[in-house]
Amino acid sequence: MSTVDPAAAELSAYRKMEQSITISETTEFEGDRELLTLNLGPHHPATHGVLRLLVTLDGEVIRKLQPIYGYLHTGIEKTAEQKSYWKAIPVVERMDYVSYYFNAMAYCGAVEQLLEVEVPKRAQYLRVIHLELNRIMSHLVFLGTSALDLGAISVWWYCFRERETLLDLFEMSSGQRMHTRYFQIGGVIEDIPSGWIEQVRKFCAIMPERADIYGDLLNKNEIFLQRQRDVCPLPAEKLREYGVTGPLLRAAGDPWDLRKAMPYSSYDDFDFKIPVGTKGDNYDRYEVRLQEVKESVKIITQALDNLPDGPTITEDRKIALPPRHELATSMEALIHHFKLVTEGMRVPEGEAYYAIEGARGELGCFVRSDGSSKPARVHMRDPSLVNMQAAPAATEGWLIADMLATVAMFDPIIGGVDR
Amino acid sequence: MPDAVTLERLVGELKASDAESVIDTVQSPGRVAIEIKPESIVGSLEVMRAAGYEFLASVHGIDYYPSEPRLGVDYELLSREALDRVALTLRVSTEDPHVPSVTPAWPCASNHEREAYDMFGLIFDGHPDLRRILMPEDYEGHPQRRDFPIGGEPVLFTHNEHNVPRWFE
Amino acid sequence: MEVSRQKVSDSEEFRSKQLRARDMLRGDLDDKDLDEFVQERVLTTTLEKASDWARGNSFFPLTFGLACCAIEMMTVAASRLDIARFGYEAFRASPRQADLLVLSGRISIKMAPVIRRIYDQMLEPKYVIAMGACSSSMGVFNNYAIVPADKFMPVDVHVPGCPPRPEALMHGILELRSMVHGDPTLGWRERYEAEGTEEIYPLAPADATGINVFGAGGTEGTNA
Repeated sequence: MSTVDPAAAELSAYRKMEQSITISETTEFEGDRELLTLNLGPHHPATHGVLRLLVTLDGEVIRKLQPIYGYLHTGIEKTAEQKSYWKAIPVVERMDYVSYYFNAMAYCGAVEQLLEVEVPKRAQYLRVIHLELNRIMSHLVFLGTSALDLGAISVWWYCFRERETLLDLFEMSSGQRMHTRYFQIGGVIEDIPSGWIEQVRKFCAIMPERADIYGDLLNKNEIFLQRQRDVCPLPAEKLREYGVTGPLLRAAGDPWDLRKAMPYSSYDDFDFKIPVGTKGDNYDRYEVRLQEVKESVKIITQALDNLPDGPTITEDRKIALPPRHELATSMEALIHHFKLVTEGMRVPEGEAYYAIEGARGELGCFVRSDGSSKPARVHMRDPSLVNMQAAPAATEGWLIADMLATVAMFDPIIGGVDR
Repeated sequence: MPDAVTLERLVGELKASDAESVIDTVQSPGRVAIEIKPESIVGSLEVMRAAGYEFLASVHGIDYYPSEPRLGVDYELLSREALDRVALTLRVSTEDPHVPSVTPAWPCASNHEREAYDMFGLIFDGHPDLRRILMPEDYEGHPQRRDFPIGGEPVLFTHNEHNVPRWFE
Repeated sequence: MEVSRQKVSDSEEFRSKQLRARDMLRGDLDDKDLDEFVQERVLTTTLEKASDWARGNSFFPLTFGLACCAIEMMTVAASRLDIARFGYEAFRASPRQADLLVLSGRISIKMAPVIRRIYDQMLEPKYVIAMGACSSSMGVFNNYAIVPADKFMPVDVHVPGCPPRPEALMHGILELRSMVHGDPTLGWRERYEAEGTEEIYPLAPADATGINVFGAGGTEGTNA
């Protein structure tokens, strides 16, 4: 190994790398401190997907954090350009793989905005119910995996038990546990089966109490509190600068929620609160999500109580498949079905950007249509890609263990980041 | 989507700061996009910030093939007070895909601009760290351009298993 | 309460069995008697079969989740479908300690050399399950960014589904178990008449600008 003398003419690549790091913040450490660049590679025991982190360490204190993405890049946006509009829904759903209904909602909303088609009220309520169930599921996965990372392994078992009940509900309504193509352009693919509402009510009756139980498991745990309280706080102004939205911004005290501010899909019919934190540290980020689970249960109960009757998908046969019983009797239905399945719907030219409040923040979908039956450009604005821009600012100056807890609390889903 | 009065006012403010910046306004159902000259995008975004559109939701590239100029960048803005969304777009050609970077003024655009560079080849001048984010660093080509082939591998079945070169060959 | 007693065997026979046991322990039994003794008393097996039985009943899966299938893999280990019933709950984070690699999720071209490296770091005997449609074939996304696992590493069991139900993954793991136990012809070693795998060190690229993370010098020049 070459000496630490920075004046040496021949520097190895490692020393060059080290000198490329600005250590201006560490004015109390002059040139005799050696910084170590460590690679927390794409495969690591933490359960947050294939995120690669390059941390530059001074002992255990992080001086610089660089996330490297791309290890799950799937070319979803380019694949969606090859499919017709409604056949692109399964492709787009697989982007953020824990909150799949949200991806489908953003995309369907964008296309419905271009088509200027009205979604029936019953379909809107069903969408809201499924979206909120998915939000609960996403927060349960977050809680389970984050607690697993921090060492509280029992919480993982309990959260996944709840998740199984939710997946049973999804399977009952659409036939698939994950990546259900339930949301279609113009509504939902079919009506809920009988007995589903009772099952959802049963789930909603137990869920708030269960959320409290999971909170109790962690809230009084001294180790958990020491790892979360006052660790890596970021003020709301800094978060807004980085474009962060969602539970992270709400944990810092900023009550910005698209469901309340710019309601979509009948969210303004429901009465719910928005949990907001005070300090913006890790504990607030975790507590906000736990409270959001309870608010989601409230929304679901209200939606079930007021579920209107009516069609579950738009009546416009040029957009939605006709019901199967019509195919035997009506020639137009047969022709519409044929055209939709082979060619797809034609969408007038235009561009649309539709944003919803996803489980992690503002999930937006940009669709550009050039008049044909395939989208010309689909871009998903994923919240995790933007939220992770704040991770270096949050963790610099803290220990590695704090960094792991913070990345867990940021809840990045790399499927969304890499698309 | 801003109504006609607000749109007039915004276009007026943009033109006041830089007379030739606004090229056109494009209306779509539920959305209005103001097309800006590429050189004046940073100034135009500052005008929008002063007008209340403080949140830059998304910066993404678009390939308008076959119409020229081919590449475009779209800036989606949100005003939290007015609860309103506006888009600014610009067009550049593939021969000279340079766009001034907005990252120094809007740090939230950093990853988005890297992705636009990676996928489309748009070069953002002034970006602190412009390199590929999603594809491997030594990848050649810009995948989301419309003339880039979709690619893919042949699926291995028993009937073509022996015709496709495998990992041990 | 009635208690019935039965003589299991003739006391003569019992006595002679005892004497034979003593002779065997002393090494005094000759061939025919020894064979008879062993047949009656000892569970015979080959060491191979015993070790295969042990291996198949205690896979240590690697905590390797890539995408959506990873969530279903976590569900297999969770409480409703519990692979601890079969002995596979010990997920190991280090490839040196694991012997089952479940490729759960889509494999992008940036991730493929990483996976290959991890597979090479695992110690023999090692098994691979390609879970889901994306890793077995291309799945939903047949495009420039994805490789099927068969292109760069050997796969023992393919589990179809998008994502496969946890029961399907369980079935796949149990198929692997039966393969390890008795029927190795299901695996890739028989199909390709292969012995094992070797680590791949691609040669340095011709131009100096390329980054060779596998070559000598390690990660010199990689992103920092």
